[in-house]
Amino acid sequence: MVKITLRDQEWEVEAGITVREAIEKVGLTPEMVLPVRDGKLITEDTRLEEGDEIKLVAVISGGSP
Amino acid sequence: MKCRKCGQKAAINMRHHKLALCGEHYQEWFVEQTARTIRRYKMFRRDERVLVAVSGGKDSLGLWDVLLRLGYQADGLYIDLGIATRFDYSGQSFEKVEQFVETLWPDAQLHVLDVNALYGATIPEAARISNRGRGKPCSVCGLVKRHEMNRIAHEMGYDVLATGHNLDDEVAVLFSNVLHWQTGYLARQAPVLPASHPGLARKVKPFCRFYERETAAYALLRGIDYIYEECPHAVGSKTIAYKELLAQLEAQSPGAKLQFYLSFLRAKEEGLFAAVQEREEGRLHACERCGQPTSAPGLCAFCRLWDRVAEVKRPPVPTTPL
Repeated sequence: MVKITLRDQEWEVEAGITVREAIEKVGLTPEMVLPVRDGKLITEDTRLEEGDEIKLVAVISGGSP
Repeated sequence: MKCRKCGQKAAINMRHHKLALCGEHYQEWFVEQTARTIRRYKMFRRDERVLVAVSGGKDSLGLWDVLLRLGYQADGLYIDLGIATRFDYSGQSFEKVEQFVETLWPDAQLHVLDVNALYGATIPEAARISNRGRGKPCSVCGLVKRHEMNRIAHEMGYDVLATGHNLDDEVAVLFSNVLHWQTGYLARQAPVLPASHPGLARKVKPFCRFYERETAAYALLRGIDYIYEECPHAVGSKTIAYKELLAQLEAQSPGAKLQFYLSFLRAKEEGLFAAVQEREEGRLHACERCGQPTSAPGLCAFCRLWDRVAEVKRPPVPTTPL
């Protein structure tokens, strides 16, 4: 299985699917997050491997800078 | 997916540009694109002094970093708003700004303005007292930030004020203004707002063509530690709701947000809203006290806000015993 986290939320998805598919599977919009594996940004076509841990970084903020 | 420039593993893929880049080439591309946007919209020249409004977030710190990398005379301005609802948001934001300076640009100049120390109330407190913004301090926050950024830029002799607004910020505002046909606001929305009145600084948004995803990727790849937590008052805001909606549109149709914004700018260049713009500018006059432009008669909203705060917070006059 692959662990996906976003802030304090956590999901598990099966290995073998792409990052984009995994993000959609847990009900998120890929355009709103950046996937990070082992501290490095990865592209959404990356195929997930057994034991992977993917941290999603939310990119949307609501206030004016 | 491979980097288009070097063939190494890509760190980010931008579907709307059909462009994938590795971490190193992405940073290079990002800096070049910023320089191009500054030139395209004639934002400022090499010899001009730039004041960058920094909040501790990814966009403003990223912008300050890129301007310094490009060799501009860019100083930072941090406004301490005194937001500590649920957690010390302002304190943590300031720590990120300080950390940015210490680790990346130790010679950079940072100005700090503490709203509470200067005016006698934090933003949430001023919002409560003045009863503006239907229980949320966001409108008071915007009002104070706009006024103070202008004032500091003007008083300290900066030629231009730069903010980290990204494409998603611009598109969310545009979407909201179109939804409500706020023609006055539509007329004023642009990558460059000229200093059309005395006391008004020229405002520029060099990141206006970057998706928020791209500014976040830049901060991560560059190693900028930014405040990741949302402002506690922004949670559930309309801006976030619009951004979510527009992200879904983008997922279906890559490039839709960029197209929406650029088409709007083109339409404006062709004269759409020109009459409204003229009418709106004609309505502005200088505030009797601070001199900044206002459409209200007499004092501007900023001066009236702090008058009200002072009135409520003034200690009661002791009564003389009979």
